Amino acid sequence: MQDANLRYPEIGISEVSLTFGGKIGYLDEQFCQVEDLQDEASPNFAEEVVTLFFKDSARLMSNIELALEKYPKDFNRWDAYMQQLKGSCSSIGASRMKCEFMSFRDYCGQGNVEGCMRSFQKVKREHTVLRQKLETYFQLLRQAGPAGAATRPVM
Amino acid sequence: MTVEEVKLQVKANGGHGGRDQFPVGMRVLAVDDDPTCLKVLESLLLRCQYHVTTTGQAATALKLLREKKDQFDLVISDVHMPDMDGFKLLELVGLEMDLPVIMLSANGETQTVMKGITHGACDYLLKPVRIEQLRTIWQHVVRRRSCDAKNNGNDNDNDNAGKKVQSMNAEGENGGANRNKRTSRKGRDDNGDDGDDSDENSNENGDSSSQKKQRVVWSVELHRKFVAAVNQLGIDKAVPKKILDLMNVENITRENVASHLQKYRLYLKRLSADASRQANLTAAFGGRNPAYINMGLEAFKHYNAYGRYRPVPTTNHSQSNNLLSRMNSPSAFGMHGLLPSQPLQIGHTQNNLSTSLGNVGGLNNSNLIAHMSLQDSSKCFPTGPSGNSFANISNGRPLAPANNMPLQSLEPSNQQHLGRMHSSSADPFNSFVSESTQLLDLGRCNTTWPTAVSSNIQELGQKDSMSQATLRVNGPKIEPLSSFTSPSSQIPLLGNEMQSQVASLASNALPMPFSQEAVSFTYGSSTNSREMLNNNLALSNSGINTSLPNLRIDNSVVPRKTLDGGNSGVVVPPLHDGRIEQQAVSNQLNYNNELMGTSRLQRGLSGGLDDIVVDMFRLDRTDDGAPFIDGDWELV
Repeated sequence: MQDANLRYPEIGISEVSLTFGGKIGYLDEQFCQVEDLQDEASPNFAEEVVTLFFKDSARLMSNIELALEKYPKDFNRWDAYMQQLKGSCSSIGASRMKCEFMSFRDYCGQGNVEGCMRSFQKVKREHTVLRQKLETYFQLLRQAGPAGAATRPVM
Repeated sequence: MTVEEVKLQVKANGGHGGRDQFPVGMRVLAVDDDPTCLKVLESLLLRCQYHVTTTGQAATALKLLREKKDQFDLVISDVHMPDMDGFKLLELVGLEMDLPVIMLSANGETQTVMKGITHGACDYLLKPVRIEQLRTIWQHVVRRRSCDAKNNGNDNDNDNAGKKVQSMNAEGENGGANRNKRTSRKGRDDNGDDGDDSDENSNENGDSSSQKKQRVVWSVELHRKFVAAVNQLGIDKAVPKKILDLMNVENITRENVASHLQKYRLYLKRLSADASRQANLTAAFGGRNPAYINMGLEAFKHYNAYGRYRPVPTTNHSQSNNLLSRMNSPSAFGMHGLLPSQPLQIGHTQNNLSTSLGNVGGLNNSNLIAHMSLQDSSKCFPTGPSGNSFANISNGRPLAPANNMPLQSLEPSNQQHLGRMHSSSADPFNSFVSESTQLLDLGRCNTTWPTAVSSNIQELGQKDSMSQATLRVNGPKIEPLSSFTSPSSQIPLLGNEMQSQVASLASNALPMPFSQEAVSFTYGSSTNSREMLNNNLALSNSGINTSLPNLRIDNSVVPRKTLDGGNSGVVVPPLHDGRIEQQAVSNQLNYNNELMGTSRLQRGLSGGLDDIVVDMFRLDRTDDGAPFIDGDWELV
């Protein structure tokens, strides 16, 4: 999303999206909403959510990986697992990952095992990249301190 | 009731700070196995100033709800959870606690959403949820309270009997006796009264969540006693007073029981509809479980007593080959205490028969099948539709000459339907048949069809035989059916189970009306197997069309599209009263007609089935009717 990309130049979301030629940013407006939920009562809400997400999604992805191997051609099962992961991703606004889920689903529908494998690998890569970027992002935010938060555009 | 009044009510209930400014402080229970989503959701809800409790497990949620009755106003639940299906939780909450439930999912497919709605969700949100959406969810709470208040107010202000009757009529229940009783006890204002009244008056989703009265929480144990009492009394005779006496539990009133009974009936009806549809589907495709039929009949009998039918959308079954195996599973045939273990889904058209068949499998798991017991269907309704459809089909197709027989013997009333079906019969039937290569065991039918065709026509004419005939198709399970049939023993029905289901449904409902209706059921006429087959197919087709509730609706309601490959359900939902059934039958027949008419049935058809069908019909010429009489033959 355009705004998200501009909003977080520190982590180079816009750069990355340009580089990859895609119009989809790593994060979409859902992430903004998550950040908005941050307040005095929960000052680190966004980071907590993101940490939780990566922890849980790592688990889900290893389940999927196992299923891809253990239950060959069990497209229903694969799809079900991916749906779970998709739900998580949409909650924090991981838009690029979300896109890949649709591809995966299509491949499942077609019964294309190769396609599913490739798609899942892409999801994994996106997941890793996103994690790195968000880690950097939160680090920067911490370093910037209150001033850093203030310089961010108000949503 | 205005929002102001609701707020006052809430305040009066007391105990919750901040409730004065409803919806601020509205108590929400959020259930989602995904911790990320749950955390974000919780935060969003808190931002809306609701009071939030979260849990990652459906079982915990249920426990919380049961233990702390009246401590929640609204439940938000994810659809896909590991320990329990979200839809099941939805149903249980609706059944036991009458709270509004909002479903949440990343999956926004129409079928899934439809499933949520038909299971009673008052809303369905897609992830990621925006805070704007959550700001208005309190409307569901208000709506329910308004219904309750209105009902209560009416009851209090007006003549109790009058109001009660009105509300009862709205429900379309046939339990007049029950209602009258309730009316007489209307004066009570204590526990469950308001809720009960509102339950009667409200639609499926409009259960009372009023906080005024002390809500009885229907725990598993309590519900088990309830079900046991209902079973003991018999669905038809289960009146709240007697149930209450049998249950022998303190602290519940007759009104509580009545309210619960009403919901239970709805639930069963939906299950039965699903079961019947699936059964029909299976039957149409050569279901292998005669036992299925029996179960269906039994279940069906229970339906009679129940009221309003709630349509259940078909589930999206991906497995295509499991239907038969599922149907064959012993669990499918046992009466599981009338408590459906899974919601049956009839609903949407499936794109392929296998999916719809898959539904049947699902049915097996539920207790609906039990409801479909044919045993009770001494009235022969079922054969009607199948017979007609069959006749039509046969007429339409260049099949064995025997095809003509049924038509001729059809009663005049039936003819109308036949005519309808006739036009569409030819191809649809074939395509329909061919679609279910795996399900339809035409081979077996071959032997039976001829016999059935020739000898059963007259016999089928009788109601009893009709129902029996349908049942017989399925073979072993047919036995109970045989008790019904008089002379004709058994009409081989291609879709045994479906037919049985239909038959059971029909018979339970209103055997008489049906014959009059003559939609597809040919009582006195030629109930040859073909007809039944047709009927079954038709019924099953119609079933697909979530037409269970529609049975009362015009046939036009049945979209043709649903027939495609889907045939998800034989929609022979047990109608709780005769008139409904009639309509249902005609609806189904119409549905069949549409189904037949569409060539989309041919999707996925293999030529082989066509051949088999043709052969089947050909065999009719040579039948001698002997095999069917004992109904020993077994499909598949």
